[in-house]
Order: sequence, then C-alpha cells, then structure tokens
Amino acid sequence: MSITRKLVTGAIFATGLTAISAVTASAAECIAPADPGGGWDFTCRTVGRLLTDLGIEDSSVQVTNMPGGVGAVAFANVAGKRASEGELLVATSTVGVTQIAQGKYPGGVDVMRWVGMLGTDVGVITVPADSEYDSIDDLLDALKADPTSIPVAGSSGAGGWDHIRLLMLADAAGMSGEDYKAIRWVQFDGGSPAVTQMLGGQVGAVSTDLGEIAGFVESGDIKILAALSDEPIPAFPDAPTAKAQGYDVTGYNWRGFYTGGDVSDADYQAWVDKLKALYDTAEWKEAAEGNGLITVWRGGDEFETYVAEQAQQMEEISRSIGVIQ
Amino acid sequence: MDILTSLMGGFAVAVTPLNLALAVFGCFAGTLIGALPGLGPVNGVAILIPVAFAMDLEPGSALIMLSCIYYGCMYGGRISSIMLNIPGDEPAIMTTLDGYPMAQRGQAAKALGISAVASFTGATFATLGLTFFAPLLAKAAIHFGPADYFALYVMAFATIGGVTGVNPFKTLLAAVLGLLLASVGLDPATGTARFTFGSFHLYDGFDPIVAIVGLFAVSEIIMYFESHATSGAGPVKLGRALPRLREMFEGYGAALRGSVIGFICGVLPGAGASLGAFVSYSTEKQLSDKDGTFGTGDPRGIAAPEAGNNAASGGALIPMLTLGVPGSGTTAVMLALLVSLNIQPGPLLFERQPDLVWGLIAALYLANVVLLVLNIPMVGIFTRLLSLPQWLLMPIVVMVSFIGIYSISHSTFDLFVMIGFGILGYGLRKLDFSLVPVVLGLLLGADMENNLRRALSISGGEFGILLQSPIALVIYGFTALMLVFSFGIAMRQRPGAG
Repeated sequence: MSITRKLVTGAIFATGLTAISAVTASAAECIAPADPGGGWDFTCRTVGRLLTDLGIEDSSVQVTNMPGGVGAVAFANVAGKRASEGELLVATSTVGVTQIAQGKYPGGVDVMRWVGMLGTDVGVITVPADSEYDSIDDLLDALKADPTSIPVAGSSGAGGWDHIRLLMLADAAGMSGEDYKAIRWVQFDGGSPAVTQMLGGQVGAVSTDLGEIAGFVESGDIKILAALSDEPIPAFPDAPTAKAQGYDVTGYNWRGFYTGGDVSDADYQAWVDKLKALYDTAEWKEAAEGNGLITVWRGGDEFETYVAEQAQQMEEISRSIGVIQ
Repeated sequence: MDILTSLMGGFAVAVTPLNLALAVFGCFAGTLIGALPGLGPVNGVAILIPVAFAMDLEPGSALIMLSCIYYGCMYGGRISSIMLNIPGDEPAIMTTLDGYPMAQRGQAAKALGISAVASFTGATFATLGLTFFAPLLAKAAIHFGPADYFALYVMAFATIGGVTGVNPFKTLLAAVLGLLLASVGLDPATGTARFTFGSFHLYDGFDPIVAIVGLFAVSEIIMYFESHATSGAGPVKLGRALPRLREMFEGYGAALRGSVIGFICGVLPGAGASLGAFVSYSTEKQLSDKDGTFGTGDPRGIAAPEAGNNAASGGALIPMLTLGVPGSGTTAVMLALLVSLNIQPGPLLFERQPDLVWGLIAALYLANVVLLVLNIPMVGIFTRLLSLPQWLLMPIVVMVSFIGIYSISHSTFDLFVMIGFGILGYGLRKLDFSLVPVVLGLLLGADMENNLRRALSISGGEFGILLQSPIALVIYGFTALMLVFSFGIAMRQRPGAG
C-alpha cells in the first residue's frame, strides 16, 4: 500500500469509528469491561480481530469499552438490558469470577452463560534473585515462623486473586486462618510495579501473574519459587511448580467470555463453536504466547461447571480470610 | 560512543518518507486532540491505536506515529488552558493560572509562543535524559518506596496554599474538597466501596478529566449565561496574531528549572506529569515571585509548568520502557500499545529490540522539532479562536466537551457527573474559590493515599515507617525549607499587597 492510501485509510477509519458504533447494532460485539489498554481490552481486541481476519466471523467485531467497578458496570448492563442478545460477548477472567464470588457484582455466576476460555496466565511466587529463599518451602517456613516477617506484594488488593493465591499456598502449608491473615499484603497497580518495589527492597516477595513480569525472570533479576500450574510453564521449564514441591495449589488467571443469561441455545452454541475454531488456529497460539499466555480450551457446559466450581472455591477462601462475612 | 551509534541507527529507522509523514500527521492530530477540552493524550492515543492497526503499519512506524500523537497531545493541552481557561488535559491545569490572564491582556500569541518554547525545552531535556541515562535512572528510581512517594505528595500539598494568588485559606479548603472527592470509589487496598451509595458507576471514583471539564468548561457556560443576562462579558482583546521571537524566550530560565523538576517527577514511576507541572510551578513561584506577579500573566508562570509537564511525560517513558512500569495514565496507554505490538517493555527491551527502542527515541527528537515548527504558525489559527463571538464559541466548547467525555468510556453517567461538577464549579467561582486546588486534590489525592496505605501495609500499621527512609527525610527537610522561605516572602509582602 502506498503512503497516501495508508493515510487515507487511516483517516476514513478514524471518522468511521464513531459512526460504526451507532449503526451496526446487529453485528457481533465484544464488551471489554475496562478502559482501553488492560487485559480485558486485549482479550476483546485480539479475539475480535482474529475472528474477522481468519473469516470465522463474517463482519468485523465491534469492541466497546465499558469500564467501571472491575467489570460490575458491564455485568449489570448486560444482565439488565441485553440479556438475550446473541451477538454479544463480554470479556472476563478469573478476576471477574473473584468479584462475583465476593458479591461485588449484581448477581452470581448463574446470571450469565459462560461461553469459553481460550488461554490462561499462570500465577507465580517470586523473590529477588539474590534472596535467601531458594524454594517455596523456605519462604513458607519463614512465614510460618512469623507471618509478619515478610511483606508480600501483588497487583490486587487484599482479597484479590493475587492475594488469595498466596493464601491458598499458606493454607496448604498448614498455616491457620488467624496466622495467614497476619501476612502483610501490599497492593500495587500491576505486577511490574510490585516487582520493581521488591527489587528496591520494599517488599520481600511478589505473588502475581507471570505474563507481565516474565522479562524480569529472563533478565535474571528475580527467581520463581513456585509456578501455580499443573505442568511446568513452557517458557520456564526449570521453574518448579508448587505441586512438585508438595503443595497441591494451582492459580490460573484464565481469559474467556460470557454472554447474557437469556441467549438462545443456538446462539450460545454458535459462539462456543466459533471460539473453538479460533482456538485451533496457529494465529491464536502465536498471539496468546506473545502475551505470556498458555493456550488452554474449556468451552460450553464444561466451562460453565468450571466457573461455578471456581466461584464456590473462592467464596470459601474469601470467607475464611474475612473478606466477606 | 555506543549510545550515539545506536541513536544514529535509530534515526536511520525513523527518517524514511513514510515515517516522516506519519510523524507530521501524528504531531498535527495530537495537537488538535490535545487542544480539545476533555480529549487528552490518554484518549488521543487510545482512539488512534485502532487506526494504526487498520493502516497495517510496521511496529516501528506505528510506534512513531503514536508517540508523535502522545507528544502532540502534551503540546496541545496548553492551548485551551491559555485560550479558554479550560485545561485540555490533567497536566495542563497549572498553565491556566498565568496563561489565561496573559491571553486576557491581549497577549495570547505571546503566551502560546512562550509555552511552545517551554514545551520544547522540557521535552527535549527529557529525551536527552532518556537517551543517555535511561538504565541508570531506572535503577535509581527503584529505591523510591511508598514512604518516599508519600513524602513527595506531602511536599506538593504543603506548598498548595501558596499556589493560587487568592486567600490561602480558601485554597487549602478547596484542596481538602478535592481530597474528599478523591476518596469516592473502591478502596484500592481492600476493595471496600466508599461513598458509592450502591452505584457501580461510582466504584472507580471520579475520573479527573471528567471533573476538570465539568469544573472549568461547564461552569464557564453557566457563568456566561449569567453575565450575558446581566451585563454581557467584555470580549478578550486579540493583540498580535504571531508572537515576537524575543517574547517567546521570556521565562527561559524558568523553563530550564521546570524541565529538571518535571523530569525527576517523570522518572519516578509513582509521580507523573501532573505532579511535575505542579511542583515546577510552585517551586518557581517560591523562587522568583518576588513582586507577586504570578497568577496575573507572568511569563515564568507559563514556562515553568509547561516545561515541567512535558519533561515529566518524557521522563515517564524511562520507567515504562526499562521496567514496564507506567508512571501515569498516558504512559499506561503507551504500554498497552507496545504490548499489542508484541513488544514487552521491561529490563530486556534495550537488549532484545534495540532497533525499535532507538527508533522510538529518534522519533521523539523528531516529534519535538516538528511540533515546535508546526506550533509557531499554528499559533495564528488558535488566536483567531478568541475572536469568535462568545455566543458561538461557548456552545462549540460545550459540544466538544460532551463528545470528548463520552468518547472516553461511552458512559452517560459520566456526562451527568460532568454537569454536577459544572454546578459545583459555578458555586465555587461565585464564592471566589480557585478551581485548580480542587482538581489537584482529586488528581493527586488518590496516589497520595495509595502510597500511604502501601507504606502502612509494609510496616503493619506502624507510622514510624514514614520517617525511616533517608529519601523521605530529605524531602520533608526540603518541604520545611520551602515553607519557611515562602512565609518569609509573605511577611515582607504583607504591608503592601496583603
């Protein structure tokens, strides 16, 4: 394409953006319940673009950003006004299910139909490379001896998924609820800020998703004490899993979609099939791996059950640590 | 010289006809977007990311276009501050303090000229810092902990009383109001909802840009209705359409000092451009406002915050590129952009993708020069804005504000919030309150609170941690010095100005 054509295309596209959103009500739409730039926005935009590029979806997928309440605004909007719209997908992840489990959305998981997940980020427990802790045993033993001795940081607030994953490990290590509640938890606006503060010596360990902080592992600044996955992470086969060290804990942060609760079985199944078709392409694998995700598929009924179980498990943990009464 | 070779390589990437065309387009579009009230770098870059994809650009070219838009927006934000007394984006609020009074005196072109040169100075200073010291600075910034950031915000709020010329007591009261508004929403540390009255729309608190547009633009309309019904507002004098060359360099010393302060704020990932502009302005005022001319159109009062805000946004690229830590909303969008282009910022970026990084840095130098050249003749276009009759200008400003705010989140709720802030702004103006401290409270309050909470989480609730870090102690010492200094000035001025 020539320069002028590229510029013209760009200009037309820009002016068309606003018009499109008003006109094409019947075309497929993906709601990213966050501002542009976050993980949910990435899920919608990448999946939407690939569905169209690969011809799985005829027309382009319109991405709408609907930020607010960690997804609660979009959830309320779909439940209240658009529950039967078969053309609609909403991006979500483990973080959204945590919010639901803690009663922070207007409704439970049964309000929506859960379409499928296409990939997942893996939770890791990391310490600086020169840390005295060499295994998850070392860290957990130190916390057992004195829960307040090591401040731990992550990208979520107390009771968020990063925090809960750490407490699941503490629980598996035999710490009592009273004890692991005393662990000092520090919230930052993302995994990288948390790691940066750890390298500056402000906190002792970080519990968060691997994707965002993989660069610090590769550069040798930090080391993974435990990967919270069933199998070793492909990119870091040497990083031991928590399971291999005797703690039966996994902590995935999957990326997937739900749609309205009144969507017909046919429309629901059509989305499940389309997402499965996308999952099977090399293009999706490349896009996902480029963003630090591991490709995993769960769709349809299997995914419904998985989400319901996860929500229940989180509710129990949240209750035991006093995040909900 | 390793760096120079790499930089030359970067220029070789950046200076192709396509990339140059994209740079000019990006700078022009960015300035326009930045100039519109409510549309700042965050939505400018966010809106144009899909354009970069639609044009099927190489990652390097997309990066050049979008970083030019980013810098262009930072330049453009000052224009509506000066012309309309409505900040184009968050960091541009400090520019209203002296920029608008100068424009009212018929020297709009001079104000725009000074701010263009100051913006160029700040941005170039930051880009030089990025070129030569990026890895080093990133290593230093790591040692800033939550307690140190908290000290930085304490310094900002300690000097707030002296920032606007009017009654310091009212200024403090306005800042407290801003801090109160900042506490609305989910508490980041525990996720508890505060002052949300059960509405999910309030979970994320008030978006500062919505508050700014409401407080400044919407209240301006209400004021206009009122003055029109009674006396009729006097038109702003136009003066020269283009600034004299010598005028543009007034306040150059202030621009240099502002660049240094802004750059430091930018490099610290917990600070950012708004704090950079604010601290540059308040420091400059403490240092050189001996005749009490700040707030009435002092050139130094324009140069310092403009240099500060542009140096900070350039400096913020350092932690973003080398650590993957965005210092502000704008760099967060840039980070998202890089990730969507399959570039993972972090400690390995300079080793892994040197072509892209050096191409980007070369593009930033390019953007600065293009923006300076583009902005001098464009001053004429913008000064003509003021010659539009108020009955025509005001409705256009309102329309643009509504569209701008709606385009951010597609939320009608935000529009109502904006109108609410407009009514609040009208009431505050009637009571002779300055609006700037309200916005500063809202803008910086959340970060100040977050860092306090983090420090206390680390210490397990012990307040002693706030005074244990040497960095924090230095900042507190500096704050005390500034306070003593400004009290001294106030005492000397008292007999005359009052």
